[in-house]
Amino acid sequence: VTKGKLTLLCDANTDGSFLVHHFLSFYLKANCKVCFVALIQSFSHYNIVGQKLGVSLTVARECGQLVFLEGLKSSVDVFFRAQAEPHPLQFLREANAENLQPLYEFVREALKPVDDGEAAWRCPVLLVDDLSVLLSLGMGAVAVLDFIHYCRATVCWERKGNIVALVHDSGDTEDEENNILLNGLSHQSHLILRAEGLATGFCRDVHGQLRILWRTPSQPTTQRDQSLTYQYKIQDKSVSFFAKGMSPAVL
Amino acid sequence: HGFPPPPAPTQAHRADLPPQKVNEEAPELGGEGHERAQPQQTLRPHHPDDPGTAGPGAPAAQLRQPPGGSPPPPGGGTGAPSGRKGCREGHGAGGSESHPRRGESPAEPGAGGQAWAARGGPHGRGVAPTASRRLRAETGRDSVEWEGRSLLKALIKKAALGGEQVHILGCEVSEEEFRAGFDSSVNSRLVYYDLFRDPLNWAQTGEALPGGPLGALQAMCERTDPGPVTVALDSLSWLLLRLPCAALCQALCAMSRRHACRGGSLAAEQLCVLGLLHRELHGPGPMGALSSLAQTEVTLSGTAGQASAHILCRRPRQRPTLETLWFSVLPDLSLDLQGGPPLESQPHPDPHTPQVDPASHLTFNLHLSKREREAKDSLTLPFQFSSEKQQALLRPGPGPATSRIFYEPDTFDDLDPEDPDGDLDV
Repeated sequence: VTKGKLTLLCDANTDGSFLVHHFLSFYLKANCKVCFVALIQSFSHYNIVGQKLGVSLTVARECGQLVFLEGLKSSVDVFFRAQAEPHPLQFLREANAENLQPLYEFVREALKPVDDGEAAWRCPVLLVDDLSVLLSLGMGAVAVLDFIHYCRATVCWERKGNIVALVHDSGDTEDEENNILLNGLSHQSHLILRAEGLATGFCRDVHGQLRILWRTPSQPTTQRDQSLTYQYKIQDKSVSFFAKGMSPAVL
Repeated sequence: HGFPPPPAPTQAHRADLPPQKVNEEAPELGGEGHERAQPQQTLRPHHPDDPGTAGPGAPAAQLRQPPGGSPPPPGGGTGAPSGRKGCREGHGAGGSESHPRRGESPAEPGAGGQAWAARGGPHGRGVAPTASRRLRAETGRDSVEWEGRSLLKALIKKAALGGEQVHILGCEVSEEEFRAGFDSSVNSRLVYYDLFRDPLNWAQTGEALPGGPLGALQAMCERTDPGPVTVALDSLSWLLLRLPCAALCQALCAMSRRHACRGGSLAAEQLCVLGLLHRELHGPGPMGALSSLAQTEVTLSGTAGQASAHILCRRPRQRPTLETLWFSVLPDLSLDLQGGPPLESQPHPDPHTPQVDPASHLTFNLHLSKREREAKDSLTLPFQFSSEKQQALLRPGPGPATSRIFYEPDTFDDLDPEDPDGDLDV
């Protein structure tokens, strides 16, 4: 497990959430402490998919390996709580929420290293699904970038953990905030996984195309940033990858 | 010569100075007004297409020549002599920043004449020194990112090895990550202002730089000592997203002005500001504003694993020059320039490739045979007033060429020559 990296998941014209499920189960199996900010789906959804991939989120949550922020459920709590208590999704309630500091504080608290001698987890991981919805909820792109900046400073640099975040790419140039968010994060990422729909449209056997880009944001590389492209098909318990044009359905 | 530091070019366009009289062709300066180019006063704006109007006597002539005594750069610089002079003035104007796009920065951080000659251009290419460069990181549309930070670090290393102080405002990566790759001699010369850890003071520990990003930038200007200084901003994009563009530009101008004031007349040429800018993040407005502050812009791009830099140099008295160079940054952060014209495919089509005939693969025939073409060319259009038609009209002949109108009036028609519209029921 590499440390201190920011992985950006991006999807365009297709659903990239299979990558989120993959990373969730990957890091749980790798014995890392995971803080999952899940704003899109409910806990049971991720649990069901996780079970197909071989991890049980319920067990992980109970033993403390997984800290799960269920956006859908806790967003309602924001309105029924006393206002003085800070809540990670406090920005939903405030008319002029300027930053995501409460959310950052939640993440920092969740991934605080415990030093009481029990089984130490390997490295902290922050998983966010997804960041584009924060833009839809009224935060500006710079606020989300600041949030990720602080998470990077704490999780990646201070605690040598990893961050995986999903951002949707609407594809059209009209959504400037999303483009700023996507480009800004791209410049900071070490690995960019981009799931795209096929250019020719929907296909039953090939669900999409995955582009992988390795970056080194500040070190010169003798080899330029590597990029690979695979096509994939999502199956019940796994995803099969193959080179472009080599789908078994076509050959 | 004792030229005092020239004021900013905006002041150079004062119209109240008397126009020059002697030895003047009448240059068209577009209404800017002529100014007497005296050593004590503002310099005449040099129109780039001006054949070189002579000023009144010797002082003006010296303006166009390199300052006496400075050796020309080795290897035949590209317009280097006047370039150097340009550098000096350029600093007075405002902060210049460079954006290394892909990394190559041919310009040496504005050093004095001798230091420049000693350093030499990379591979002796004799690139003219420019006072500042702007680094601009470019990302290709495929998200193959041609990152500019390694170029920025290479330039910093060069500046540090050249004996300059280097101040770095680091926003995007941690200090450790930024310093990685520099050896200890370089690292000891770097003064690092860390805006990465807690830029917005969320942690409230009191360790954050006061005043936020703008305060940090202004604090940096205060702390630079007189002497050759390189200021690196990593990155300008980070600052531009969080500060209003005008404030950022003003802070950059103030930086160079303050440095000039502190150091006396020679200090203005010794401040070099390098800034890293990510192209996709900003609209044309802020980019243009920062562009206008910079003397050199380096745009990074590349093809097939090889990075190239497009360098646009704008010096106050010269035509902007655009140069493209291949380069790579080696692991020890030294620049390797390969020079030469880009080998990538030209954006315009190669004139030798045969033109594709658009009418070739259709299901119907659009081509004309020779006879058809002749008939088409010899056809006179009905409304075209050729000489034959003119003759026919002038000749009042009853031949079939002329047309006549036969009109049989109706019973309801009331033809009144005085009121031709009388029969209309209006």
